[in-house]
Amino acid sequence: MAKDLLTIGGVELNSRLLIGTGKFNDDALIPDVINSSQSQVITVAMRRVDFNTNQENIMKYIPKEMILLPNTSGARTAEEAVRIARLARAAGMGNWIKIEVISDQKYLLPDNYETIKATEILASEGFIVLPYMSPDLMVAKKLEEVGAAAVMPLGAPIGTNRGLKTKELIQILIEECEKPVIVDAGIGKPSQACEAMEMGADAVLVNTAIATAGDPVVMGQAFKSAVEAGRQAYLSGVGGVAKHARASSPLTGFLQI
Amino acid sequence: MSFYYEYEKLKELPFDDIFQGITETDVKRVLQKQRMNTEDLLVLLSPAAENLLEEMAQKAHELTVQHFGRTILLFNPIYIADHCVNVCTYCSFSVTNQFERKKLSLEQIEIEAKALADQGLKHILVLTGESKTHTPVSYIAEAVKVLKKYFSSVAIEINPLDTEEYKLLADAGVDGLTVYQEVYNEEIYKSVHVKGPKRDYRYRMDTPERGCEAGIRQINVGALLGLDEWRREAYFAAMHAHYLQSKYLDAEISLSLPRIRPHLGDYQPKSIVEDRHLVQAITAFRLFLPRSGITLSTREPEYLRDNLIYLGVTKMSAGAKTEVGGYSQCETGTAQFQISDERSLVEIQKMIREKGYQPVLKDWELLV
Repeated sequence: MAKDLLTIGGVELNSRLLIGTGKFNDDALIPDVINSSQSQVITVAMRRVDFNTNQENIMKYIPKEMILLPNTSGARTAEEAVRIARLARAAGMGNWIKIEVISDQKYLLPDNYETIKATEILASEGFIVLPYMSPDLMVAKKLEEVGAAAVMPLGAPIGTNRGLKTKELIQILIEECEKPVIVDAGIGKPSQACEAMEMGADAVLVNTAIATAGDPVVMGQAFKSAVEAGRQAYLSGVGGVAKHARASSPLTGFLQI
Repeated sequence: MSFYYEYEKLKELPFDDIFQGITETDVKRVLQKQRMNTEDLLVLLSPAAENLLEEMAQKAHELTVQHFGRTILLFNPIYIADHCVNVCTYCSFSVTNQFERKKLSLEQIEIEAKALADQGLKHILVLTGESKTHTPVSYIAEAVKVLKKYFSSVAIEINPLDTEEYKLLADAGVDGLTVYQEVYNEEIYKSVHVKGPKRDYRYRMDTPERGCEAGIRQINVGALLGLDEWRREAYFAAMHAHYLQSKYLDAEISLSLPRIRPHLGDYQPKSIVEDRHLVQAITAFRLFLPRSGITLSTREPEYLRDNLIYLGVTKMSAGAKTEVGGYSQCETGTAQFQISDERSLVEIQKMIREKGYQPVLKDWELLV
């Protein structure tokens, strides 16, 4: 069987689980979580990174082979997101960027309009842009059009662990988008990650559920298994939703005789 | 629109009857809910809820970990001047208290900033007394320009300003504004703020809104518990935060609930706020506004600060000095209030780690 790789911005990845670095009680756990989850992409809030300190610094816990996905957490407008992205690149964090523009501190929902604007600017500057968004088909299409490398719809508001509350809308994105669909935010349990993958999501990004678990290292492994199981189920054609031609047509085969 | 109109309606509530009428069953019912409304807030602040403090604490802990992780953001106050034109009965800086007033020069601010930045802190809160004559907006703006070379977040706690003045400071690099109403009860407010511009209750109450209008990112409101009956004051403070968060979606609203500490002068608190009351107020606020920050000052004693970490606090000062020039000793000022937790930043970091939490020194990147 051919290797099932995920391609984002021209980079091939074995793992379909992206992880985060926020909310850990000790950043020293991060290498073990990377190891147990087998993740290859890790998101880091630029606001947390201190490039000139002799104190603890999150970057020292991230192995060199990881793909860094700095995020623009804290940005309230496209302009702020663009500035944070440029700072990240100038600081040597690579050219991947997760756009997070949130102008609502009550529910922490993304501002799709500003997100499109920031994506357009940064894609034109050569960034590999992964925008976090509310699952809306027109917005997803627009993001692809302006150069997003993937779209990252939320399953539920950030940090709520409530699962795939936006399932129907994400399903539409999966069916209609050309670029990878990565479910970001809201996934609270491995079973929910598995469900997203079964639906056909290309990957999931999980932070809170791993970082705040009793044992984040074991939880990282649990998510790895769940994502793989969901992906395998999708590829093998989950009952009733298989997209490929069926081997046999038990009810209409007689027509061909 | 102003919170003042809300306050005028809310203050008519028959608080005593409401609080007395709430039963433990009411509290249990509210604790089952996923989202709390403004009536639930009263239930959580009621005397009946005192018997369910552990249940409230469990839920507050869970929500805090969910939204903030096991992290505590550390910041420090930096007092750059203590001139004040107000007469406030509960404060050392009151103009009636005789002591030699200080104001740091820009060079001294730089020395002080270095001394503090050397410890590794990235978030600071700039404080002055309230005197537009001694510490005009232009002075604050210059000070901020010096400070932002050393810190990634600069907040202010100074005399209330107009919107345009806040815009000027936001452009200079200010990203946070702390302003406590001190006491929401308007009559008590007038009786403790005897003289000076601070007597203008309405102007002070509208200050956070002017900060939001000016685009300051983080707004911290609060009540100085002890000046009036604490349940009502905690209720008004939480309602103020709720009002601001609903009106200004893009601002990060947080709350402080400091208690009166010993200071120069002889003011005695009207209401004694016991530790368990503070716990009730903090957990009630967490359940009511799960995503809002809660700031805890060094006014509180060690053992209490250590334990409040689990209950909803997200931000703490550490190794704080409340006198002008306190970090570098470039001046020897008079402390605004007596601090209770005298541990150093390193000791506080160690304690937070021992509690299974991560002390965070940087959580913002200045964009100005």
